[in-house]
Amino acid sequence: MTSLPQPGPDTGGKKLGLVIDLDICVGCHACATSCKEWNTGGYSAPLSDHDPYGAHPVGAWLNRVHAYEVEQAVRPEDPRTVHFPRSCLHCETPDCVTVCPTGASFKRAGDGIVLVDPDLCIGCKLCSWACPYGAREYDPDDGVMKKCTLCVDRIYNDNIPEDDRVPACVKACPVGARHFGDLGDPASEISALVRARGGYDLMPEMGYQPVNKYLPPRDRPAPDASPAGLEPLAAPEAVPEDLPSGLWRWLDRALSR
Amino acid sequence: MHPAYSVIAFTTASGMGYGLLILLGVLTPAGALPANPWLGALALLLGLALVTGGLLSSTLHLGHPERAWRAMSQWRSSWLSREGVAALAVYPPVLLFAIGWVLLGDASGFWAAMGVLGALLSLVTVACTGMIYASLTTIRQWHHPLVLPVYIGLALATGALLLQVLSVLFGYGVSLVAWIAVTAVAGSLALKLLYWASIDRGASSSSPETATGLGRIGKVTQLEAPHSETNYVMSEMGYKVARKHARRVRLLVVLLLFLVPGAASLIVASLGGGVLAGLVALVGLVAAGAGILAERWLFFAEATHVVTLFYGERAA
Repeated sequence: MTSLPQPGPDTGGKKLGLVIDLDICVGCHACATSCKEWNTGGYSAPLSDHDPYGAHPVGAWLNRVHAYEVEQAVRPEDPRTVHFPRSCLHCETPDCVTVCPTGASFKRAGDGIVLVDPDLCIGCKLCSWACPYGAREYDPDDGVMKKCTLCVDRIYNDNIPEDDRVPACVKACPVGARHFGDLGDPASEISALVRARGGYDLMPEMGYQPVNKYLPPRDRPAPDASPAGLEPLAAPEAVPEDLPSGLWRWLDRALSR
Repeated sequence: MHPAYSVIAFTTASGMGYGLLILLGVLTPAGALPANPWLGALALLLGLALVTGGLLSSTLHLGHPERAWRAMSQWRSSWLSREGVAALAVYPPVLLFAIGWVLLGDASGFWAAMGVLGALLSLVTVACTGMIYASLTTIRQWHHPLVLPVYIGLALATGALLLQVLSVLFGYGVSLVAWIAVTAVAGSLALKLLYWASIDRGASSSSPETATGLGRIGKVTQLEAPHSETNYVMSEMGYKVARKHARRVRLLVVLLLFLVPGAASLIVASLGGGVLAGLVALVGLVAAGAGILAERWLFFAEATHVVTLFYGERAA
């Protein structure tokens, strides 16, 4: 059913999602490649590629990592590079679900995950038009729409070790920039992280109410400033006012040893 | 937005077909057109053929056309599903109307009611088509109050131009149909000009800064895209037409879809019938056919999607 689940006894307020720390992300694409690797054999299988080893490879991916340059309003001469992973935000009021004519696109009442049922999807692509975040990619070989499943086939999977029961992207991140948890539970670790770091929504003006949150890059000192709170290891040597030159300079150094 | 040719063919052909069915379902029961079986057979057949051909062509862009029937199920939330339901609902009353008009030579009473019901459901179908686009908040050129009236206006205008050819051919209600065509063409032109002026002035409330949320730090520009080649999102949503080309296509639309058919209908109205009027009506129809294809192509090509803000566009 493409009508959105109404808050009630069947939802329990659970909102599974990701929190992405833009302060930490180094743009290594490990999340994107591990996502592709898991999901091309998982719920969304296959994630087809065309011309994968040729000059113009294209294919369906569920996670994409952009790199942006941000001109800092406080110091325009010191721009920042921000690596920016982009995937489905599992919105609370997403039009990608309600526009679906077949009921293939749906939001789970129990945990809020937005999924596509590949057996119902007719491949009309309207859901991808309705998504402001570019989260849905059409697979022309499979004839159906593909999107992030929040690794629904990992997080509840009793057949894999317990510490693997997180989305593949979270497991793969080498720097811990990706966090998974219940954003509907104010007491959860991930909710505390969002509160502590001022986690925010992408394009809030669209009114989709994303569940996933992004943590902004921390302020950083100007590049020429010495790190706050650290004393220099040694006092710089006193430099004489009038330096001798040539032979006298060599002689001065040699005798000073 | 990438203009999918099957969708352009569908919305233009079915728009003309539904426009014709609306006019037939109103004019004949009202007595403005006679219950002539040959006129009824040809007109209703053309209307249903355009509608059915359009619906079939719309399934061509689907990944799984064999599952198209599933699209009837989500009418509670989806305008596309409502369009499908309404499109199917048109058939029974129109076929009954055809039985009365063509086989029994009677377009009054129950048969007239079926004609009016068919016209009403045809109008609903066109409105659903318009709402598929108008309900998408991600595309400001579509999420616009004039999109729905333009869809309805153009369905009526192109339907009237087709009916005008038939009315001259059979010699029934020529000047009435010609004046309806003039009115629908002029009204649609006014709506379309207002629409173009409005989308040219309009601006999105979204930007690369709101898309990434990095506006809190400063101005955002894309340093590196996530992929070296294109992807589905960019080829589907990133399609755009150069502004100067858009201007030219707009002029072409004004000429072919509005000025030529409008002038043709004025001539037909003043001639009141005859071979020359038939030829002029045909010119109006052919011009409008080419014009509506250009209009619908432009409707897609000029539409900018907010997802492009992630890919280096400054505005969408």
